[in-house]
Amino acid sequence: MNTATDTTAVSMPARRTIGGREIAAVLIWLGLLLAPLWLPALGGYMNLASRVLIYAMVATGLNLLLGYTGGLSFGHAAYFGLGAYGTGLFLIHVSNSLPLAILAGTLLGGLAGILVGPMVMRRKGIYFSMITIAFGQMFYFIAVRWNSLTGGEDGLTGFSRVPLHFGSTTVDLGATNFYYLVLGLFALVMLIVWQILRSPMGHTFVATRENPMRLRFLGVAVDRQIWAAFAISTFIAALAGSLNALLTSFASPDNLGWQLSGSFVVICVLGGMRSFWGPFLGAIIYVAAQDYLSSATQNWMTFIGLIFVLAVLFFPDGLLGFLKGRTRS
Amino acid sequence: MELLLFYSLFNGVIIGIFYAMMALGLSLILGLNGVINFAHGTFMALGGYLAFTIEPYVGFWGSLFLAPLLAVVFGIATERLLIRPLYGRDPLFSLLLTFGLAMIMEDLIRTIWGAVGVPFAIPGYLNAPLSNSMFFLTGYRIALILITVLVAGALFAALRYSRIGIRIRAGNADLETISSLGVNILFLRAANFGIGIYLAGIAGILAAGQLGLSPSIGASLIMPAFVAIIVGGVGSLAGSVLGGLIIGIASGVTAAFFPAAQEVVIYVIMAIVLIVRPRGLLGQEGLFE
Repeated sequence: MNTATDTTAVSMPARRTIGGREIAAVLIWLGLLLAPLWLPALGGYMNLASRVLIYAMVATGLNLLLGYTGGLSFGHAAYFGLGAYGTGLFLIHVSNSLPLAILAGTLLGGLAGILVGPMVMRRKGIYFSMITIAFGQMFYFIAVRWNSLTGGEDGLTGFSRVPLHFGSTTVDLGATNFYYLVLGLFALVMLIVWQILRSPMGHTFVATRENPMRLRFLGVAVDRQIWAAFAISTFIAALAGSLNALLTSFASPDNLGWQLSGSFVVICVLGGMRSFWGPFLGAIIYVAAQDYLSSATQNWMTFIGLIFVLAVLFFPDGLLGFLKGRTRS
Repeated sequence: MELLLFYSLFNGVIIGIFYAMMALGLSLILGLNGVINFAHGTFMALGGYLAFTIEPYVGFWGSLFLAPLLAVVFGIATERLLIRPLYGRDPLFSLLLTFGLAMIMEDLIRTIWGAVGVPFAIPGYLNAPLSNSMFFLTGYRIALILITVLVAGALFAALRYSRIGIRIRAGNADLETISSLGVNILFLRAANFGIGIYLAGIAGILAAGQLGLSPSIGASLIMPAFVAIIVGGVGSLAGSVLGGLIIGIASGVTAAFFPAAQEVVIYVIMAIVLIVRPRGLLGQEGLFE
């Protein structure tokens, strides 16, 4: 079903020499580590950088399913939002511990993904999208209607970032410290996804996208591959959602809405669905554009919609695909 | 108690009719064009708003006739300019494109007609209840049911007996073959898209008279229409209608007895159908598997 025939997505057999790819990766990580030094000079602020990393996290996880396994999920905001609500509710009702709250949110969204997985994994193509969107809406309406627990349309408030405790030292989570927390978890997610893609499991994911029938003949349960990719990506989405709730001290029904789901997909497409760093690049573009547009014009929705339309018509391989000079098939 | 049950059932049928009309058009477009038209809901809203604009000049019945056609003109232009280049490409792209289009159109509707809902006037003789005890049985609701039955009946008859209808069905079964037999596929797909938008336009006007018009009316009806297709079974037009009515009635009855769950219930039904009968009630086996 995919028109693209390249399989360069997964890493090549180990090369001894240090290539441009490694240098680029080192530069990216250095840039991220030093962000508090150069970002304000460009007119950015640390919370914006945190948001970029959070969106990049979801998109990288989603891309494992979308770009590598070929499952067109359009409902990932649901798990992002569940992560947000899970963390918020945990902080309000259970305990004041930040790591446990993040864990709780991640588990809530991830477990929901594990439960939904079997109901969507047998479907393909657009039908897969339709079912994942619909399930996303289910969680959205639960959040909107369960007023007493979730705060309904107004969203969930009344929690905030609590300081981290390491033994006797206490770390306050201001904008910069929180950025480093997000960066650490982002690095963890990138490492996990990278390792998955290099593992036999990751190769099976790509094979699922390219030729499911052949895989079936080889005795691989294709459905379960999609389930696995789906579940992993929902865990990552939930982790990001949890961090987003801590970033804004707020969980809103919009965190679960279909517009956000679409944004995650377009972030993957914008940057390049066939590349490891594509979703990260897409997140930078999308979050920066959204941040600028929503303050510059009332009609920002039109411009975001235009980003969708233009990305599809002119950059179907994403910016990274475009830069690599791949031609459209 | 019986009255409440009957009242909620009837309400459910009315909502179900809107879901079914939306699902029918979506299903047609999904079948032959291979596109999930995410902008279907905004085309529906467009139909309603166009009717609102031209109603002072042509009256209710005139707008019911003209506004869907105007929406169709817009729809076919969209198909030609934006969707046609995407045929044969990964379905993800058409989905993203119509998704972006939905955002743009909703925003434009908000800009042109205002963020606050506008009332859509229906003729006074249609608005009065037909009986005192059955206050919810207004002439408009009866007319709404009759009109949709008529439109859906005409559609099914056209698909069965007219040349273009037969070609649409044949195209659903095997596009390549009818293409090599000399049928103009591009024209057929454009016509099919237009028919789908026509259904959305009609639904938009009828919904405008019943629910009122707001920019987000399309977005609020498109998701249930997806669910209607999934419940009824993808690839079956009759299934889409059945699915729409089922979830509409379920939603109506739940709204009367447990209002908080009126939206969630349709997704629960969908989950049950997906577990018990994954292809949907009337769906073809093996499609999209």
